[in-house]
Amino acid sequence: MATIVLDDSGAPRRQESGIFAAMGQRTERVVLGTAFIVALFVAWQSVTALGVEPPILLPSPMGVVEAFRGLFSSSDIWADLAASGKELLYGFVLAAIVGIGAGLPIGWYPRLGYFFDPFVNFLYAIPRVALGPLLVVWLGIGLNSKVALVFLIAVFPVLVNTSSGVRSLDQHLIRVARCFGASDVKIFRTIALPGSVPFILGGLRLAIGQALIGVFVAELLGAQHGIGAMIENAGQQFQTDIVFAGLLIFAAAGMLLTACVRWLERRFDAWRV
Amino acid sequence: MATAQVSPLHETAAVAARGPAATAGDYLNARNVSIAYAGRGGEIVLAIDRIDLAVNRGEFVCLLGPSGCGKTTLLNAVAGFLTISAGELIFEGKPIIRPGPDRAMVFQQPGLLPWRDVLHNVTYGLEMSGRMRGREAAARARALLELVGLADFAHSFPHQLSGGMQQRVNLARALAVEPDLLLLDEPFASVDAQTREVLQVELLAICRRAEVTALFVTHDIGEAVFLADRVCIFSRRPGRIVREVRIRLPKPRDEVRLKPEFLAYVQEVAGVLGSAAKAASKA
Repeated sequence: MATIVLDDSGAPRRQESGIFAAMGQRTERVVLGTAFIVALFVAWQSVTALGVEPPILLPSPMGVVEAFRGLFSSSDIWADLAASGKELLYGFVLAAIVGIGAGLPIGWYPRLGYFFDPFVNFLYAIPRVALGPLLVVWLGIGLNSKVALVFLIAVFPVLVNTSSGVRSLDQHLIRVARCFGASDVKIFRTIALPGSVPFILGGLRLAIGQALIGVFVAELLGAQHGIGAMIENAGQQFQTDIVFAGLLIFAAAGMLLTACVRWLERRFDAWRV
Repeated sequence: MATAQVSPLHETAAVAARGPAATAGDYLNARNVSIAYAGRGGEIVLAIDRIDLAVNRGEFVCLLGPSGCGKTTLLNAVAGFLTISAGELIFEGKPIIRPGPDRAMVFQQPGLLPWRDVLHNVTYGLEMSGRMRGREAAARARALLELVGLADFAHSFPHQLSGGMQQRVNLARALAVEPDLLLLDEPFASVDAQTREVLQVELLAICRRAEVTALFVTHDIGEAVFLADRVCIFSRRPGRIVREVRIRLPKPRDEVRLKPEFLAYVQEVAGVLGSAAKAASKA
């Protein structure tokens, strides 16, 4: 526990003992978070150095680095990145726009909620990756079906979170606004929108992971290029180092998008601290 | 709703109805007002029963009674949140139909927007009523924060303030729209005792300076006597006004709490409340 003490001048100072004494909370978090990853890498390297038979079961970390070098020495990787990136971004952005755009009115107007909720729950209950084959039949094997699958998987967390955010608004605030003669539009803009921002951002965060699942599954159903397709091919040829490289690329994409959402959260949630 | 009026018209009409010509009791007038609503089991609950109440411009009137006696119901009707079941409820010559910025409500819960700083919480009422915005509203808000003693906290967020300070912001927000009638629903019930006394003194001073008429709901006898020009004592449900007590204590009343006149009023009011309770338990 960090307590606050006041020094002679009355300025607050954080009181802590041990190796964390010199660090701020932020540094502390980064150091601890990195430490675990480093430990994991060391353990991984040790295990592979001891020898795993056959070696293709588990490539060493250095082997994965080698695989990365190999991948980026050919131009195919750029086509793969471009294909998967497009699927991810188009699908995710579309999911965000539709999810927020539909979630706000569905949460705001109870009748709209009654109207759409059963359908939304029905779709939510389907394992949406199972829609993949159908989408391929409808939209072809190209980009469209893949974006559609990513969208369908990612839109629900955003939509459900947004509408429940609007529904859980503080009714007292709305009463206050009405008391001042506020119109519905003004109440929506000044209370419903800012009040549901934390829910919307939470939904977007969930959607990132879902969208990545969508990209991978969509590419399994047949693709010329893409990181998912690359993983699939490498796996069939027991090139586990490339599989690992692909997984790391997926992870990096997810972390990058999550960092963007966290940045938004910090911007909009300054008042929560 | 057929008789509903567009609010700008309502406002000009209200301005025209003002002035020295208005006679006593013409300002806010409840005649024979009853309010009933459907209870949980569908039965009809009579919340207030044939109430007559006349409030003059500039007067400070307290509605005092046990909880559940319907005093808040009457306040909500004056605010325009609910419609009356029978009788007449007239404000500045017109029946009350809906909420409007000419009547500002101060609730027990501060109800501040957590994502707005103090200054922009005070401008909120102005923006919502469409009277003022931008710099003009900010200037008005600063003046009001000065009035409630929070000038240094303009850029703090609500969660950084104590309950008493939040309630001052709430009051400033209500006063910012320059209401003709200030409606207060136990605004100090959830702050600690010392802060409450300070806020009561400030409220009286602010009402004098801002020249507002106030209708104040409370169940605290001392608070009612301290604040009011007139205390209207409610019976248990269905609420009726059993007695009005005019409080003739000179203002400002900062030091009045220990004086015998003050205590005599408290005793008188407590006596009326007590006998009303007894009558209710016999009946």
